Amino acid sequence: MNRVMINPKVHSLHNYRRKTTNMIMLVLAGVSTVIAIVPLVWILFYVIIKGAAALSWDFFTKLPTPAGVPGGGLANAVVGSVITVGIGVIIAAPVGVLAAFYLLSSQTKPFGQVVRFATDVIAGVPSIVMGIFAYTLIVLPQGHFSALAGGIVLAFIMLPIIVRTTEEMLKLVPNSLREGSLALGATEWRSSFSIILPAAFNGVLTGLMLAIARGAGEAAPMLFTAFGNPFMSVSLNEPIATLPQTIFVYAISPYKDWQAKAWATALVLIVLVFSLNILSRVIIWWRARQLGSGNR
Amino acid sequence: MDNEFNIQEQTSLSLSTRLALFWRHGDQLFKAIIIIAAALIIVLGTAIGYELWINSELSRKAFGLSFLFSTRWDPAIDRMFGAFPFIQGTLVTSFIALLFAVPIGLGVAIFLAELAPTWLSRPLGLLVELLAAVPSVVYGFWGLFAFIPFLVRPLSESLNQHLGFLPIFQGPVFGPSRLAAGLILAIMILPTISAVSRDVFRAIPVTQREASLALGATRWETISQVLVPYGLSGLLGAVILGLGRALGETIAVTMVIGNNLDISSSVLHPGYTMASIIANEFTEATYDLYLHALIEVALILFIVTLGMNMIARLLVWRVSGKTKHEARA
Repeated sequence: MNRVMINPKVHSLHNYRRKTTNMIMLVLAGVSTVIAIVPLVWILFYVIIKGAAALSWDFFTKLPTPAGVPGGGLANAVVGSVITVGIGVIIAAPVGVLAAFYLLSSQTKPFGQVVRFATDVIAGVPSIVMGIFAYTLIVLPQGHFSALAGGIVLAFIMLPIIVRTTEEMLKLVPNSLREGSLALGATEWRSSFSIILPAAFNGVLTGLMLAIARGAGEAAPMLFTAFGNPFMSVSLNEPIATLPQTIFVYAISPYKDWQAKAWATALVLIVLVFSLNILSRVIIWWRARQLGSGNR
Repeated sequence: MDNEFNIQEQTSLSLSTRLALFWRHGDQLFKAIIIIAAALIIVLGTAIGYELWINSELSRKAFGLSFLFSTRWDPAIDRMFGAFPFIQGTLVTSFIALLFAVPIGLGVAIFLAELAPTWLSRPLGLLVELLAAVPSVVYGFWGLFAFIPFLVRPLSESLNQHLGFLPIFQGPVFGPSRLAAGLILAIMILPTISAVSRDVFRAIPVTQREASLALGATRWETISQVLVPYGLSGLLGAVILGLGRALGETIAVTMVIGNNLDISSSVLHPGYTMASIIANEFTEATYDLYLHALIEVALILFIVTLGMNMIARLLVWRVSGKTKHEARA
């Protein structure tokens, strides 16, 4: 190939080394991808095998039995997770979507940049710190743990996810749609709610799904906000059990039947979280292709 | 007087005109509402810092800076609090995590962004990112029952057997250990590092690659000598984002680290991290000073992760450009 070189022998050796290095490094990159996927497959299979054996219809309908007594389910934790995640979404979704509209309308304004930066930074605050914050903010003044405190801490955790995903999806809506609406005489906010939001509806839904997936799996902040409750409770003012927090308690317990229930809970949680994640990503790709934008 | 006239005139307008006027004014209201919503995010960030600062007062006053360096954490008898064992534990586990996650994560990013065709990189990228979706408590559970007995324990034993003369591999070998926590963290931060650096690679203009390849460079030479230097600050940002995640990760670490207050040089020894001491002892804190000491640990964690994330985001933004889509962590 490189006949121009003066000493072809030396050069071909040099080229051989370059090509070998190239080959080795590229193969290593492929190998690391395989290594990265191994834990996922391992976790998935392990949880499915262990969890499927312990999962039954009773899991969703019956209350926990004392350790050692067979049967029973975790209906209280299922209900508790639905309640706390529900509170989280109800608080975080409107604020998040409105904030995303602000970010959309102020792409270059300094305050918009500050908010965008703050959102990204807050997304990185550990959930346990969020839990302590909610504890000092709600549990300490009230004097007791509560489902409400658990829901609020989930709202804090969900907010940055909703803001950033929604903004990305709103940005995908062609500007001509908004301009068309404004040109017809619609005001800014009617264009936002009647034109842009419906056009980006799937995208907004995606943000909510990712936020729910994240919130449904949080155990750390629930330890000192929702606290946990072995009984059925639907009151916002009482401590409440959630699925991830139940896994934590049952997993480190010495009882075999509790551990089996924890595997079943892990399976339920993983199926929920994975389907929300996969579905949302499929929607994002589909939207991006449909709107012909450069988003990947 | 002018005002009165205006009102009179408005009331005489038809309903539809008045509605139209209201819609227009609605725009001002809408703008105000979305600015408030956006400002709430900044309020949230500030409020976290404020609450943690106020509620750690007793501990800050009592121990001052020595809180960071004292190795005594004795809530039961002397009521002395020093966070050094947890700070050390957090640093050691995070370091182990980076040691494994950075090379593998960069390898994944290079494979997904530079080598694999779209039909392959898209599903593979999804699989790697699903690692980030696995709840922390499931990682801990799996770690306790599968990862430690089948991988970490045998690995620890052979490390101790062959390299036991090194202080970091001293026995005795327990199942739960700093090594176990570090390895679990490596798996957990891998998707963060690979996803952000993949986006960094993708943000590099294609002309850079074409120029390098046209000069006769191999693909690896293009990656290592052109793309990596070009995206260096972004890649650094990806690593720091991963580090930030490792520092604050709680439940999985609490379940596999063994929760032990000893200061040990061995990674095979059980330990504690800042996050895991909070998870373990917070609901047991029976008096105010104890509570405040734990909240001060959270404050340190908050400040450190905040700083890490700020640096990381600025670095990533520098590469991908402010208006382009930044990588989600």
